[in-house]
Amino acid sequence: MMDLKARQKEIERTHWTGPLRRYDIVKEGIIACIVVAALVIGLSALFSSPDDKALTFRGWATAMPKDFFATTVKELAGTSDSATYGPPYNASGDGQAVGPITMQKWIGVHEPIHTANDFVINPLIHQQQAQIVQNAVVTWLKASPAQQATWATNLDNAIQDPKGANGDPSKVPNGDYGPTPLLASGLLAMASSGALDGILPAPGDFYNSNNTKQILFMGDGSYLPGFGDANHLSGNQWGMMNEIGDWPGQQWLMPFSFWYQMPFVNSDATSGLSATMTANGDVYVLAIITIIMLLHFLIPFIPGLRDIPRWIPVHKLIWRQYYRRAKQTS
Amino acid sequence: MSDQVEEVKITWTGRIRNRAEKNLPYDRLMPDTQPAYVVSWIYVAGVLTIAALAGIIGSGVILTFKGPTWWHTSASGHFVNSLHFWSVQLFFIFMVVHLWGNFWMAAWRGGRWKTWISGLVAFAVSIGAGLSGYAIQTNVDSQWIAFQAKDGINATGVGAMFDIANFGQMMMFHIFLFPGIISLVVLAHVVWVRIKGVVPPIDAAKVEAAIAEHAASTQAGA
Repeated sequence: MMDLKARQKEIERTHWTGPLRRYDIVKEGIIACIVVAALVIGLSALFSSPDDKALTFRGWATAMPKDFFATTVKELAGTSDSATYGPPYNASGDGQAVGPITMQKWIGVHEPIHTANDFVINPLIHQQQAQIVQNAVVTWLKASPAQQATWATNLDNAIQDPKGANGDPSKVPNGDYGPTPLLASGLLAMASSGALDGILPAPGDFYNSNNTKQILFMGDGSYLPGFGDANHLSGNQWGMMNEIGDWPGQQWLMPFSFWYQMPFVNSDATSGLSATMTANGDVYVLAIITIIMLLHFLIPFIPGLRDIPRWIPVHKLIWRQYYRRAKQTS
Repeated sequence: MSDQVEEVKITWTGRIRNRAEKNLPYDRLMPDTQPAYVVSWIYVAGVLTIAALAGIIGSGVILTFKGPTWWHTSASGHFVNSLHFWSVQLFFIFMVVHLWGNFWMAAWRGGRWKTWISGLVAFAVSIGAGLSGYAIQTNVDSQWIAFQAKDGINATGVGAMFDIANFGQMMMFHIFLFPGIISLVVLAHVVWVRIKGVVPPIDAAKVEAAIAEHAASTQAGA
């Protein structure tokens, strides 16, 4: 007589020849659709869905003019997060890496963005400016890259000086800034009027469907990140799966979000392993998730993992009615 | 002229038809019976997931006709967006319940690993579909998600082909590429379920043996 283990394998491999019950796949599908439709309509009617208006450069320039000015100077100096980002936007950095694996660097620059030109100079050129701003643009363009960097970096350092202006551009002492202050003031005026919102994505072009420049520029300041923090949307606030207000967010990203709360990607260390892992936190988290996903995919082939359902018999609960038959007969 | 009948070589079409007829006859494709062990609420999660997917596609089609910013300015548009939003939430809830249910049933047994893997592929692709959808809401949510998610995506090098801040690209991904892939994967998943049948209980052999033994002893006693 065939032993139980072999018989079990045979049962699993072949089509079921044991007792059957009535089943109507079409009826089940239709009932499921009706139930889901009722749930969706009910939830929509009761709770609606989130829709907070997009932030604008006008809003940023109006609410936080000093921050907008200082960020513009950083874009000109090449010291903003976007200017030093690395691939796929520029070659100013290598991007994130796990040890010697530098996918970001290997893939390279695919969407070139020069923050001074794309965020500041081109928008100024494509909009009618006061004569003084026009002259500032001409002076900037005639200068060498080294001279441009010196002017903008001097002003950037002066604004950020904790013993001096400390982030307030109006308190900056006189210095060798060239046309940088006029360029930043010109862009601030343009943003305040609302003109920058339309021009920034594609100055001089009719069509545009790419918002990368706006997202990067806005993210370099404190306006957008401040909004995220205030609404508990940042990575270390479980923001990946949070939503504005009380609506559910992308709950299915919980396995990702979990790792962003770990100390190893939230360290204040400035050197050592913790500092390296925090600086490369995204790629470490995604590497962990990739490994976990692969393990899930390969469960059917991994002894031990595939045996967990046998060791923790939740299946007794799922098939309790079927198992009850055996008990009843014995 | 020869009387012999010309031998016709089997065609690719014929091979596919024969294979389909062998592996997926109509009574397996549209069954009106199921094994007696298919009695649990956990089995409903799969069909509910597909029903929620239908809700996503249906509400998405309406949003497609009206354009990506309609729902900001129209009450009915906002309601259709809410239908889309809640369909997505339910889709993922049902899918995760379905996945965990099948994990505890060890549903990959008996050569059903393709069903298991295709289910996980559907889940992974759905995450991309959801993310691209959140990125094209044209509100502050999409601004924030694009700003945050770009770092993770860029860190893997995928950002060169998947620019979450690129509205146009995300729109194409969301309304064409991802739904297409998900639909194909779900179709394959369902077909594999129908071909292999619902996985039997982990102790089915033991139960069937006990029942057979009981029947035999009853018969002998009689």
